[in-house]
Amino acid sequence: MDLSLSDDQKLLKETVERLMQDNYDIDRRRKYSAEPTGYSADNWRQMAELGLLGLPFEEEYGGFGGSAVDVMVVMEALGSGLAVEPFLATVILCGGLLQDAGTEAQKATHLSAIASGERTFALAHSEPQARYALADVTAQAAAAGDGFTLTGHKCVALYGDSADWLIVSARTAGTPRDAGGITLFLVAADAAGVEVTGYQTVDGQRAADVVLNGVSITADAVVGPLGEGLPIIERAVDRAIGALAAEAVGVMDKINALTLDYSKNRQQFGRAIGEFQVVQHRMTDMLMETEQARSMAQIAAMTLDRDDDARARELAGVKARLGKAGRFVGQESIQLHGGMGMTDEMTIGHYFKRLTMIDRTFGDTDHCMRRYADTLGD
Amino acid sequence: MDLNLNSEDLAFRDEVRAFLKDKLDPKVAEKVARSEAISKDEILAWQKALYEQGWIVPNWPVEHGGTGWSVMQRYIFDEECAAAGAPQTISFGFSMIGPVLIAFGSEDQKARYLPRIRSSEDWWCQGFSEPGSGSDLASLRTRAERDGDEWVINGQKTWTTLAQHADMMFCLCRTDPDAKPQRGISMFVFSMNTPGITVRPIRTIDGGTEVNDVFLDNVRVPADALVGEENKGWSYAKYLLSNERFGIARVPQSKYQLKQLKNIAGIQLSEGAPLIEDRDFRTKIADVELELKALEITNLRVMLDVRQDGTPNPLSSMLKIKGSEVQQRISELLMEALGPYGLAYQPHANDDTANTPVVGPEFGAMLTPKYLNNRKISIYGGTNEIQRNIMTKAVLGL
Ligand SMILES: Cc1cc2nc3c(=O)[nH]c(=O)nc-3n(C[C@H](O)[C@H](O)[C@H](O)COP(=O)(O)OP(=O)(O)OC[C@H]3O[C@@H](n4cnc5c(N)ncnc54)[C@H](O)[C@@H]3O)c2cc1C
Repeated sequence: MDLSLSDDQKLLKETVERLMQDNYDIDRRRKYSAEPTGYSADNWRQMAELGLLGLPFEEEYGGFGGSAVDVMVVMEALGSGLAVEPFLATVILCGGLLQDAGTEAQKATHLSAIASGERTFALAHSEPQARYALADVTAQAAAAGDGFTLTGHKCVALYGDSADWLIVSARTAGTPRDAGGITLFLVAADAAGVEVTGYQTVDGQRAADVVLNGVSITADAVVGPLGEGLPIIERAVDRAIGALAAEAVGVMDKINALTLDYSKNRQQFGRAIGEFQVVQHRMTDMLMETEQARSMAQIAAMTLDRDDDARARELAGVKARLGKAGRFVGQESIQLHGGMGMTDEMTIGHYFKRLTMIDRTFGDTDHCMRRYADTLGD
Repeated sequence: MDLNLNSEDLAFRDEVRAFLKDKLDPKVAEKVARSEAISKDEILAWQKALYEQGWIVPNWPVEHGGTGWSVMQRYIFDEECAAAGAPQTISFGFSMIGPVLIAFGSEDQKARYLPRIRSSEDWWCQGFSEPGSGSDLASLRTRAERDGDEWVINGQKTWTTLAQHADMMFCLCRTDPDAKPQRGISMFVFSMNTPGITVRPIRTIDGGTEVNDVFLDNVRVPADALVGEENKGWSYAKYLLSNERFGIARVPQSKYQLKQLKNIAGIQLSEGAPLIEDRDFRTKIADVELELKALEITNLRVMLDVRQDGTPNPLSSMLKIKGSEVQQRISELLMEALGPYGLAYQPHANDDTANTPVVGPEFGAMLTPKYLNNRKISIYGGTNEIQRNIMTKAVLGL
């Protein structure tokens, strides 16, 4: 087992950290976030130029064949900079899914367009009744001539309102919550019958509800085998969890640094609040939680390419432990900032919100803890 | 000890219920249920209804308009109001400065201010905290200097809740910079329209603007703006805070929110069944319910324990700590109940005139902001760390 970064990975880390330092502070983040797309087109272009948008793709599709650890390095840096660009939605979730299950033609058309920064994607899978259950799909794909007609309601699709393309799940067979019968489709966001309602998320990112009102698509829009979309979705979500774990570690590191800094500068009772033992112990607990989360993020990177059962189980465990750490670190950071922690003006609250929303994304602590507990070994 | 209500209590409860049914605007109760913002006018309308009924200041002595209720009756009243979804009355006048003026104010101050507090003609705000003085309030630096018949006030207050609506402020200022910090502070009451006062909103992490900076720049107030004696402001402030303890645990509000949580968990789905049937989530609801049950009795024990010397029971800090934990936990579970829709930020749900519909369940739009906002409960009014320090000293004697 080797947990150290290679020289290339160190370089990658420095590159993304520099990008974040040069392009991000809380005021600029506010500006990016207020764009109609919810992010900066210029940052996105720079990320493409640095090769980040094709990082995990195979070289023949304009990628760099990056590993799970490479992705982790990038996500951690994006987390500590609190980036709002749709790297997770477009590159990790959808790009990863296409690379995993797309046809040659689909990969050739879409992966290079993602890598070059000219095309963005969103995964429109979750539904209002589904909570975090990935098999709970009611949207229908009815056979129609050579293709299909899609109807249904997809919710909280990350960056769904600015995406050029959507990957949509719908049933070609089975009933809600059946594991079989789910099929994935590539749908152009401007296709007739696609109704997208975008909104800001609490953490300054964006998401959308997507209503499919009888959307006609051709047979070549199917991604992966008919009716066997669920394992593809599961793998994509596990990759996203691995990425989120690294992002959360970046967020927590930054939170701890900000809190430590504040505790040294904020004076009450004639001394820095960091001199009070209860504050010291709290910050030490925050640090220990973050280190445990970092180890879990490494477990994620090490297990992402394992076979399905072991991988699914480990990733559920990662997300559950991560959620516990994030909750503690986030809440206590606000508490230790006192009234200042409650302000929109201070940076800390924005990190707290991102951490809180990471727990709502792709399975909360309870959901993942249960999945892990259900497969507890001897 | 008998917590069962006797027939008089039951009759009283029915009277309160009948009043609520008659006077509480269902539209406002619906907003409370959804944790949506209650407007100034809506709050004032509710306070007016209570005033007209003679129930606006149950905590005041009868000669000043109090109700003369027993502890049990006050408890029933709070419980019924919360259960019906009544908005929170604004405590600054009724529970904070009112009792201080009754105890320490001049006859003239009482005659001038108390009726206007009762009728909600004046909305009050609390000018204690300063940028450099939060937990260590006694270090406050806003200066009041005597100049002939006037006091001249210079400095800055912060976190002033709802100062944007306020007509009056009660304010702690330093009047003797040479004395020990606690001995050089005086309390003043003055109009927010006095020249030299600037109110600047502070945006909070939930997107709201309920707190403000208040800048005091050569604010001239009359000599009789001083409350009680010069340099005794610290002891009045302590009296004020100890008075606030009746409702500090917010048990009735938490019972109401717990009910909302159960309702919502009964509507939201998990694996095709109501979320409330999910073992794990149900256990979490049960856990907070037990905490709240215990707190309800702890609260009553403290309320019923009226000390001979009038000093507060040192366990009142516990009411603040446990009360904040329960409130924060319930709002966390409300956010969790929403699942992925907890991500959506939809402040327009607060706006009666907005015509953008909300996505997700209509009861859910404000639940995540509410969770974020409720982080304040363990910070304001003395942080939970400070409350623990107080208990360590007062109860453990360390
Ligand atoms: C939403 C909101 C509304 C408010 N409304 C009002 C209002 O209307 N009027 C008003 O006057 N004030 C108001 N306040 C201010 C509130 O009373 C202060 O925020 C509070 O007293 C804490 O002070 P601080 O924010 O300066 O935090 P600090 O005192 O700077 O504390 C920072 C951290 O250090 C810890 N700490 C400080 N001292 C110690 C110690 N000795 N031992 C251990 N830990 C310590 C604290 O617990 C906290 O975690 C409000 C605050 C908020 C958030």
